[in-house]
Amino acid sequence: MTTDTTLAGTASTGAALAVSASGVGKVFPAKAGDVTALTGVDLEVRAGEFVSLIGPSGCGKSTLLRLIADLDEATAGTLTIFGKPARRARIDQDYGIAFQQAGLLPWRTVADNIALPLELHKVPKPDRARRVAELAELVGLSDFVDRYPDQLSGGMQQRVAIARALAASPKLLLMDEPFGALDEMTREYLQGELTRIAAETGAAVVFVTHSIPEAVFLSDRVVVMSPRPGRITEVIETGLGPVRDEALRETPAYFAKVTEVREALHGAPTQRANER
Amino acid sequence: MRGAVPTGWLRIAAPIVVGVLGAFAWALYVEFGDAPRALPGPADVASEFVLRWGIIWDEMLITATNAAIGLAVGTVLAVILAGLSATWRPIDGMLAPLVAALAVIPIVAITPILNTMFGASSQFGRQAVATIAAFIPVFVNVLRGLRQTRPVHRDLLRASAATGGQTFRKLTLPTAVPYLMTGVRVAASLAVISALVAEYFGGPADGVGTSIATFAKSGRASLAWAYVGGGILIGLAFFLVTALIERIVTRHAPD
Repeated sequence: MTTDTTLAGTASTGAALAVSASGVGKVFPAKAGDVTALTGVDLEVRAGEFVSLIGPSGCGKSTLLRLIADLDEATAGTLTIFGKPARRARIDQDYGIAFQQAGLLPWRTVADNIALPLELHKVPKPDRARRVAELAELVGLSDFVDRYPDQLSGGMQQRVAIARALAASPKLLLMDEPFGALDEMTREYLQGELTRIAAETGAAVVFVTHSIPEAVFLSDRVVVMSPRPGRITEVIETGLGPVRDEALRETPAYFAKVTEVREALHGAPTQRANER
Repeated sequence: MRGAVPTGWLRIAAPIVVGVLGAFAWALYVEFGDAPRALPGPADVASEFVLRWGIIWDEMLITATNAAIGLAVGTVLAVILAGLSATWRPIDGMLAPLVAALAVIPIVAITPILNTMFGASSQFGRQAVATIAAFIPVFVNVLRGLRQTRPVHRDLLRASAATGGQTFRKLTLPTAVPYLMTGVRVAASLAVISALVAEYFGGPADGVGTSIATFAKSGRASLAWAYVGGGILIGLAFFLVTALIERIVTRHAPD
């Protein structure tokens, strides 16, 4: 219950932004000279908004996610999550996180894996069991709660990881290429599931991907990034509305946005200018 | 290479057939060959084993108890010290050379000293030898295991705002369990061998090792061999128990 009051408290102080970054940079010190992974990042993610970070490898999209999650520390700029410093937000469990590898603990059942964040925060056992049942239902794994991760397919493992990320009812979900290692069919299915889950929970999502169709299908906004040094080059509103179903994948508006993101990624307009 | 492993009844029958053929060849050699006097036939050994089972069992209990105490104490010490080493680098720096030194001494070499130190009526020297023998593989394996946590799991625990103690209990320790089990399985046979061999170097006049030495010297070869059989049984029991525990504990271990 304390979490609810804190959230309400921050909301009333006017921090409707899930993520607010201004001038954020990250330099990794290295023997051969410092490596600038990220520079001058200005980004605002509104509460409940779905934002994808897309770009080629080395563009710093995962680094940015790790800074938001306070898994690494920014070396420049200011970064706040729901109006708090990233570190505070991590300790307060304001976000849930899922990685490319499901990262389930192999010695724990599905239920115990989902319950891990609750267990770490000393949520009483009956509450934990109730929440796990809810979450298993949400990700469609109610029949598998007693299984172990090695008995699940990759897609199912990833669904467990999403349920775990949602365990503490965070208002922000951070996802680092969660479907990157899955086959195309499972991937599209889980994309649909994710939009449904995000809508049901009302959580903001920051989603790192290197798939253009995935970014467009899922997002309200697609943040296009570019490497050396990692930075944001363009932000594209998809304007595809709240309903994200399989039919959307066939619409001209969707194709148009895919093309727009692709051109932003490859810098196509400049090339055209050269051809002229 | 799964296809190369015989399946079903053959897996059980094959070693039995080999054993029976071996025993038969042994019997023939003793009966018709020029076998040394200290080599009795299998039938003699078996009948001594059955006939003297009562006293063999008593001696087995003594040796097995020494080995079990050594295995248990050695394992607990090893886990505690490995935990400290994994947590604080300086302790690792202090312990690593000591363990390396312990590992290269033939443990039985210090047995006469320990036996003299703790007196002829105490099992302590033997248990200490078994402890040292068991300690080393457990320590080495657990220390390795405590360093095997995957980055994605460490990130997860950090993202979940887990404390250092929680991370150790929920992640580091469970990750090390399969390594602990490997260490214990190796340590189990070492503890039995050490406890048994330690009996050759003094201490109380009991245990399987003492009996083998006594009866071999007094010319009762069949009984000495029967005691060897008892020693094998102890080793087998230790192996089976630790292998079973390992199997139960590591059912869902990481690959």
